[in-house]
Amino acid sequence: MTERGGAIVIGGGLGGLWATLTIANASFPVQLFSLFEVRRSHSVCAQGGINAVLDTKGQHDSVQQHIIDTIKGGEYLANQPPIKSMCESAPGLIRTFDRMGVTFSRTAEGLLDQRLFGGVKNKRTCFAGASTGQQLLYGVDQQVRRLESLGQVTKREWWEFLELLKDDAGCCRGILAMNLRSLEVRAFAAEVVVLATGGFGQIYAPNTTTSTNCTGAAASRCYQQGARFANAELFQFHPTAMIGRDKTRLMSEAARGEGGRIWVPRTPDDQRAARRIPEAERFYFLEEMFPSYGNTVARDEASRAIWRVTRQMGLGLRGTDRVYLDLTHLDRALVSTRLGAILDIYRKFAGVDPLDEPMEIFPAAHYPMGGLWVDFERDPDGGMVSESPRNHATSIPGLYACGECDYAYHGANRLGANSLLSASFSGRVAGTSAVCYLRGLGSGHARLRQHDIDRAIARQASQNERLMRSDGPESPFEIHRALGELMTAKVGVVRANPELEVALEELRELDARLGRIRLGDTKDWANQPLSFARQLRDMIRLGTVVTQSALARDECRGAHYKPEFKLSIPEGKFPGDPEFEDYRARWQANNARWLKTTIAEHRPEGPKIDFEPVDTSLYPPVNPRDYR
Amino acid sequence: MSAIPGNTPAAKAIHLRIRRQDRPDSTHYWQDFKLGYEPDHNVVSALLALRADPVTVAGARVEPVAWEHNCMEEVCGACAMLINGVPKPACSALVDQLAQPIVLEPLPKFPVVRDLIVDRSRIDDGFRRVKAWIDIDGPWDIHEGAPRISQRQWSESYLYSRCMSCGCCMAACPQFGPHADFMGPAPLAQVRLMNAHPTGRYDKADRLHAIVAEGGLSDCGNAQNCVRVCPKAIPLTSAIGELGRQATLQALRDLLG
Repeated sequence: MTERGGAIVIGGGLGGLWATLTIANASFPVQLFSLFEVRRSHSVCAQGGINAVLDTKGQHDSVQQHIIDTIKGGEYLANQPPIKSMCESAPGLIRTFDRMGVTFSRTAEGLLDQRLFGGVKNKRTCFAGASTGQQLLYGVDQQVRRLESLGQVTKREWWEFLELLKDDAGCCRGILAMNLRSLEVRAFAAEVVVLATGGFGQIYAPNTTTSTNCTGAAASRCYQQGARFANAELFQFHPTAMIGRDKTRLMSEAARGEGGRIWVPRTPDDQRAARRIPEAERFYFLEEMFPSYGNTVARDEASRAIWRVTRQMGLGLRGTDRVYLDLTHLDRALVSTRLGAILDIYRKFAGVDPLDEPMEIFPAAHYPMGGLWVDFERDPDGGMVSESPRNHATSIPGLYACGECDYAYHGANRLGANSLLSASFSGRVAGTSAVCYLRGLGSGHARLRQHDIDRAIARQASQNERLMRSDGPESPFEIHRALGELMTAKVGVVRANPELEVALEELRELDARLGRIRLGDTKDWANQPLSFARQLRDMIRLGTVVTQSALARDECRGAHYKPEFKLSIPEGKFPGDPEFEDYRARWQANNARWLKTTIAEHRPEGPKIDFEPVDTSLYPPVNPRDYR
Repeated sequence: MSAIPGNTPAAKAIHLRIRRQDRPDSTHYWQDFKLGYEPDHNVVSALLALRADPVTVAGARVEPVAWEHNCMEEVCGACAMLINGVPKPACSALVDQLAQPIVLEPLPKFPVVRDLIVDRSRIDDGFRRVKAWIDIDGPWDIHEGAPRISQRQWSESYLYSRCMSCGCCMAACPQFGPHADFMGPAPLAQVRLMNAHPTGRYDKADRLHAIVAEGGLSDCGNAQNCVRVCPKAIPLTSAIGELGRQATLQALRDLLG
């Protein structure tokens, strides 16, 4: 047992680094755990930008509008006080990043430039070339290095979080972690733990834009130890991803923001090269379906439109699951400057230059809006209280969650460039809350008992030994592939209850198969299959939470789409028309029933699903979303 | 694309020759593998396919090859290794563009952990030595940002800020390695970046003193290997040249008080 007070932060992406920075700046010691060197965290993959209202583009942009866009983009499913605070804090966060030396792109006057992003009408997105996430992560990483050099932060890279240590009162008092080289399982004590372990796109692998470490295993482990999991069914599929054998690579939304156009040939199975197809024979379907937003329509609408055009209308390129994302009509120099990273990625991984040929793309699992349930304390103005131990607290006392592993800001769907914002903001809030919690701790709290810790270590170590000796017929890697196929096919862009029922059954089978694996590596040093097989069990459990939650929500909301329960806007009818008003009434009745947070709690027999109300006190849902 | 030897369609296989090592202190050995040809394979996707069924050409079922991978978009830097003798990220190394057999080795100069995993903590040591950060009062809002930065200066700095500390430049550098104290090109390029920032330059003298010390600037042998292998095309040698000029001026300033 490493005796040490202060805080443990698990995960070194944008959220975890911000939490670390905040806690260390309040003079509490922080131990920062990561599966790998923190600079390699998935935050680096976010290309496009980070939203903050600076109103420097002559468009009279306002924080109010940012709040409304975020709420509506999420189809009202997010609690509104945290959103208000996040949007209000965004300009200050950007200024802080700027001071850290983040290489934000500039205007001719040397100020931060802003660009247009999907789902909004104003230029509100700060960016750093086309590698914004990488630049933001490095900015905070450098600050954490500074504190590390001063002894205020201890980094524990190559350690995997295995389980929470709780005292008799049920408060989180530390963690068990495994050294990914020596495989040593060790207990680390702390007075507060912050989980910042990212999303779980790997349950859809390889049809996901996420990094291979985005398994969700850490969040799943906390869930299995009693933390509530919220809105698991809300998973965003990014409409524009380049299909690959190992992963599906994101072509940033900035490509649409900068004027990229999505189209397919009007004739099914047209074999001509893209450039040989005349304008009149091209179907710019987003522009036709959503005249006021066109190609920058929100991601879920774009994903389903692509699904409709390929799967229902049969207009996919050469009969496949692909459509064009075209940049060839744009100014080459501008595109090269603004979208350099996308161009590089496509050239590198497809061997084709998007300046010459349109890119070929399809939707892929990108971002879970759902995650560990976290609390907030509302202030009288409708935002979050700026310093409260309740903000970002999970349902386990002493455990906080921030970043992509929480559920707090994006409701049923996330706006582009709001993820870097929520990761940074929530990391800072969780850090502040952890500090409040630490300051409020009395001295008389319960302690961990050594024999409980010893027993937990022994249990984990024997699980490792069992896995290393395993010699069954199944391969963990094959089971992972089956999981990804299952989730993509049955719990993906479009869902139906009978298929979800089947998916639950198949998930149970996968779980059972995992009990019959052959690990294939018996070495007690840097054993990657061991860590992977352990994570896979937690991924399957999380997949079950997603599926069970999806089954429970009988409606269409944001990224969760069940055609059986679709309420369609009457065509050609607008507010005031009786047909539209009738639709509005049905929409409101649907909200009365379903505008609720899905809460999953772990039970031995499977997830127990409940619903709780959403705080819509700032902008009650009066008007349905209408992107026509 | 020009024809590459060994890649005839008739081969229909990907031949990997992999240098393996079980532990940091054990001796290395070689194993050969073949897997089904697919035109869109890169080295990471080939290794992912291989780990599900790791059988050598000799028919032995062996332990899966250990290697680092994460983003697979050449932005996290994790998967750098020596591929056909050249240090590069494995995720963007397209199999179709590589001569076969594809020889995979751990990134040289760094201690091997297992198989293709190496310990790159010396890169972190370098960042710490040169204070590769900007000293700010605290991570709270002070209601103003950094001073303005021209587009020209931004575009120069942005080149350096894309360094993903993959270690390729260090692996290729003849002056860097277990035999020497040289911090290598990546930390030096960070000095170039930080010294150009309008408030980062307040610590310019400190950073320059750090890189004129032992293991710093003067250990660069100007082999220019670093700039040739950098996957992000970072002008490392320009940075080092520029730092040389900055260091000379600093020495003069130190002399004149």
